[in-house]
Amino acid sequence: MLSTTDVRLAADIGGTFTDIVLDAGGLRRTRKVLTTPAAPEEGVLAGVGLVLDDAGLRFSDIDVFVHGTTLATNAIIERRGAKTALITTQGFRDVLEIGTESRYDQYDLTLEKPVPLVPRELRFTVPERMDAAGQVRLPLDEAAVAALVPQLREHAVQSVAFAFLHGYANPDHEQRAAAILKAAMPDLSITLASEVCPEVREYERTSTAVANAYVQPQMEGYLGRMAAALRGRQYRGATYLVTSGGGLTSLETAQKFPVRLVESGPAGGAIFAAQVALRAGEQKVLSFDMGGTTAKICLIENGEPATSRFFEVDRTARFLKGSGLPLRIPVIEMVEIGAGGGSIAQVDALQRVTVGPESASSVPGPACYGLGGERPAVTDADVALGLIKPEGFAGGSMDLRPELSLRALGREIGEKLHLSPEMSAYAVYEMVCENMASAARVHAAERGAVIGQHTMIAFGGAAPLHAARVAEKVGVPRVVVPPNAGVGSAVGFLAAPVAYEIVRSRPARLDEDFDGASISALFAEMTEAARALVEPGARGAPLFERRTAFMRYVGQGHEITVELPNKELGMADVAELRRIFEAEYAAQFARAIPAAAIEVLNWSVLVSTNAHHPEAAAPVTSAASPQPAGLRLIFDGRAEKKIEVPLYRREAMPPGARIAGPALIAEDETTTYISGSFDAHIDGSGCIVMEQKAA
Amino acid sequence: MSSNMTDTSPKVGLIDLQIMWNRLIAVVGEQAQVLIRTAFSPIVRECGDISAGIFDLKGRMLAQAVTGTPGHVNSMAEAVKHFIRHFPIETMKEGDAYITNDPWMGTGHLNDFVITTPAFHKGKLVGLFSCTSHLMDIGGLGNGPEASDVYMEGLYIPMLKLIDQGRVNETLMAMIRANTRLPVDTEGDTYSLAACNDVGVKALSAMMQEFGIDSLDPLAEHIIEKSRAAVLAEVAKLPKGSWHHAMTVDGYDHPLTLEATLTISDSGIHVDYSGTSEMVRRGINVPISYTTAYTVFGLGCVVASDIPNNAGSLAPLTVSAPLGSVLNAPKPAPVSSRHVLGQMLPDMVFGCLRQALPDRVPAEGTSCLWNITVRGERRNPGKANPVFALTITTNGGTGGRPGQDGLSATAFPSGVMGTPVEISEIQSPLMFWRKELRPDSGGAGQSRGGLGQIMEIANNDDAPFELLAAFDRIQFPPRGRDGGSDGAPGYVGLASGAVLRGKGLQTIPPGERLVVLTPGGGGLGDPQARSDAKLAADRRNGLVSDEAATRLYGVAQAAE
Repeated sequence: MLSTTDVRLAADIGGTFTDIVLDAGGLRRTRKVLTTPAAPEEGVLAGVGLVLDDAGLRFSDIDVFVHGTTLATNAIIERRGAKTALITTQGFRDVLEIGTESRYDQYDLTLEKPVPLVPRELRFTVPERMDAAGQVRLPLDEAAVAALVPQLREHAVQSVAFAFLHGYANPDHEQRAAAILKAAMPDLSITLASEVCPEVREYERTSTAVANAYVQPQMEGYLGRMAAALRGRQYRGATYLVTSGGGLTSLETAQKFPVRLVESGPAGGAIFAAQVALRAGEQKVLSFDMGGTTAKICLIENGEPATSRFFEVDRTARFLKGSGLPLRIPVIEMVEIGAGGGSIAQVDALQRVTVGPESASSVPGPACYGLGGERPAVTDADVALGLIKPEGFAGGSMDLRPELSLRALGREIGEKLHLSPEMSAYAVYEMVCENMASAARVHAAERGAVIGQHTMIAFGGAAPLHAARVAEKVGVPRVVVPPNAGVGSAVGFLAAPVAYEIVRSRPARLDEDFDGASISALFAEMTEAARALVEPGARGAPLFERRTAFMRYVGQGHEITVELPNKELGMADVAELRRIFEAEYAAQFARAIPAAAIEVLNWSVLVSTNAHHPEAAAPVTSAASPQPAGLRLIFDGRAEKKIEVPLYRREAMPPGARIAGPALIAEDETTTYISGSFDAHIDGSGCIVMEQKAA
Repeated sequence: MSSNMTDTSPKVGLIDLQIMWNRLIAVVGEQAQVLIRTAFSPIVRECGDISAGIFDLKGRMLAQAVTGTPGHVNSMAEAVKHFIRHFPIETMKEGDAYITNDPWMGTGHLNDFVITTPAFHKGKLVGLFSCTSHLMDIGGLGNGPEASDVYMEGLYIPMLKLIDQGRVNETLMAMIRANTRLPVDTEGDTYSLAACNDVGVKALSAMMQEFGIDSLDPLAEHIIEKSRAAVLAEVAKLPKGSWHHAMTVDGYDHPLTLEATLTISDSGIHVDYSGTSEMVRRGINVPISYTTAYTVFGLGCVVASDIPNNAGSLAPLTVSAPLGSVLNAPKPAPVSSRHVLGQMLPDMVFGCLRQALPDRVPAEGTSCLWNITVRGERRNPGKANPVFALTITTNGGTGGRPGQDGLSATAFPSGVMGTPVEISEIQSPLMFWRKELRPDSGGAGQSRGGLGQIMEIANNDDAPFELLAAFDRIQFPPRGRDGGSDGAPGYVGLASGAVLRGKGLQTIPPGERLVVLTPGGGGLGDPQARSDAKLAADRRNGLVSDEAATRLYGVAQAAE
């Protein structure tokens, strides 16, 4: 946890905007500036300069700087990484290209598979072979490694990934081969698969190692320039990077394992939601982040977002599973679908209304922007239904044109289905909400969670308009809309713990051959490595250690995550481990399997400072019902007619203010729609809390 | 369009029906995910060889999870009707589950268990969930084409109650355990199938609660009618007429001819396989349900790729084959490796359709999976030698496509995933010494065929292992089209030089390496018309050798 009395700065570099948040003694200032892709540090420094001026502070006053960025992700998506080579076991040159041998869309005859980051001409092999137990079956041919040097030079290779078969079980060959290259080419960036992802399954491990190698020279350069520029401005604070797993890491670790920085923005959003959850005293939370292009859904329990070890970057085909490059890294687990304010609606061959994933983006944007967009987007449906006030949209930057929304909806949907433009808007609204509800439902099912027990936390520009309806669909009784949701990720960064997680594959059965001593030794080694990475950044803060095992019945292919006691393991613990596995398995999949053998495939250690746990806000006493700023006509699709609902201004609603749905609460960035099945009040920390009306 | 608006609030009713349709598709997707995540069988958990769906009380399929196996499309749709015949609707009880692996009532071979579970809502039967997955071993000679009748292929489970109002049929479970080389996995997979249906039942009940409906009938009519109409609308855009196509494949011990006549009419598309060879003595015969499944899949790719599978969308697409032909083999024909010919059938459809729609279909590909099915005993000094049995899923190249190259080492029409080398090696004493792309195997063409693979596999133990071969396109490789060259034929042999048969049980001696070369896809269009940039990239990447560039693409030899 980072001290709250410090002057703390957070920057989230996105594709379009860089968000800056400055927290000085609890007082928060924010700025949004354009991202400067060629030299991202310039945008950050400019934004920081502005926000420091706002606060009357200088660079030298900053104690902590937390930094998240999509630069690594974008380098991969736009294929702007370093010239990278892959060196692998002889006979396995094409692991990256053979991939899973499958197609992500069963019926599409024209699909293209993800293009590997390293083309075949830069994939080299050397004689060597480990078996699954880590025993050498063919010694490393060191001369063959040395012989690659002229070819790497000839191709001007800047970065190399080593990924040998079963290198996770014994990294010796990778380490020796790397030493040979490093000696010959000291400036080369080198990534070892056995370090960046010591886990079984060659395609995912190799893909992860190659992605790391691909972004490393750029990220190392950028982070180095940023550090130098900050030093030049007399900054003397501690610098952290946000990882995809939602933890903070040091500059040095980030430079070594930059692949762990992908998706740090959405991770920040999840931490933001977790903080809101803690302040609101919520144990089980569904975070719902809906922006212009996509919606992201994440489960949070007791203030901790769900995590996973698998992520696909650059899902090029409609966000379909399998259309991206797999990365096996710790991530905050979320599902992302093509459903945002800009998602385009249309009628398909079956006369069904479909929404997204194609987006109108900012140019030409939805029809109501009046910038030439002809096709209706979700925002057009919101405008046509009357949920968004057309004047002064997006903080007053533009006026929307509802007549263009109605025209586009009428032409593209209404005429085809014999519906009025308003009913068409209702159909689009219902369909996008259903898509998000489905994604949430399947995501919860995959995690074994009961969705109706959760509270939704809605943020991002488009979420407050749709949250109530999505909540109705999935059976969530409570929805929280926090203030300042527009820069949620950067706010979230400030609350992230300093943390590092290491995973190792070492298969072991829970039976009479269980070797507790060797597992305990493995844990000791992993803990030491993780501590070495965390301690410099923790600045003396207390650390905790969490051990987990990825377990399954012998013969199964997918593991479930089971938390282990923090102690030396021995024969006596086998029964205990069985018990916790079976309990977790039954919870996730309804039926445990009687008397089946159990094994552990991977072991992991997380070393972390304690996350910032804000106190729950004090309960508020009911205040008088505020006066509405006016009445608005909105279209109620169920009744097929317009109804009048009160419109409130958020800034005019003090904590404790209570209103009944249906109603609208408007603020500069967005509008919250409280449907007829909810009432709403403002809580002690300024959140809008919607609660299902008593039946 | 407005014909079936029966609701009192018709427009809201229409939108609700659309939403609930989407919901059913999401529910079966969730059902499938649970099955994959809990499965024991490696071909299920690593490769996704499963299917899951929801049915109405007439046995009509309303939604099916899109998974790895088109072979389950129509076959599972029909299976539920057989279940209803054996277990009449009025006898079904809450907590029941029924099972079969009958190849003719299920999904085409004994390795596929099909489990059907009645779904109750508020105490009333409202629908059925069904699912199927490929189990690794069900006894008999094993999952290869060696048997000469279905009884030799393993344990045959007729239509039986697996769970009776919540009580598992222990007698049946004991029979299953006693008749497989892998009792733990097989029992575990049976539980996994039952559990995934339970997940579907719960989700369906929640949906019916939310929308306040007590019957699926109006929704079923909506889905089936809309889907049927959508497929017919696509068919209406196609030229009408009949087209004929023939293909020769390796067969078991003699080549077989497949013949198809495809007829497009106002009422749909019919494919008839008259003229196809007689059924054979070994297990590459195909039950008609499986023939139908892969044929309809091929049609679906070209004419209805965006329309979900259900009883309505499948109805206008029909298939027939003479009884007793290799594509309509009756019980007790051996059918264990029915996928080999079944997976050729989309190429038969494309061969017909290309005459009507030349710009929409690819050249021939490897098509059948090159599954390397092996078994043996692990050497385990001082203890019993445990058996290992493993199917390593691998693939060749797909055919060149209009404007696009074929895909290398990619399953088509099957959508299952390849088995990771490291997973195979953890589960067996076998070791791969090579698994990479096979240069020059893709058929030359303006669009090049996808490349096959080269694999070399040895036993780390000083022991033999058995190969249950079921490979095709060795004597008759994937054919090129419109001037494109054929893909490279497949090959199976030993590193020491002996050539192995493409089909049948064979032993790899200790210390030997099994060599498997998967075929390349056929090329499409004149190789001379291939873009210079694409050819240069292929050469730079070593996918096309200098020799092949000269011989097949007419590149002038570099001056020495």
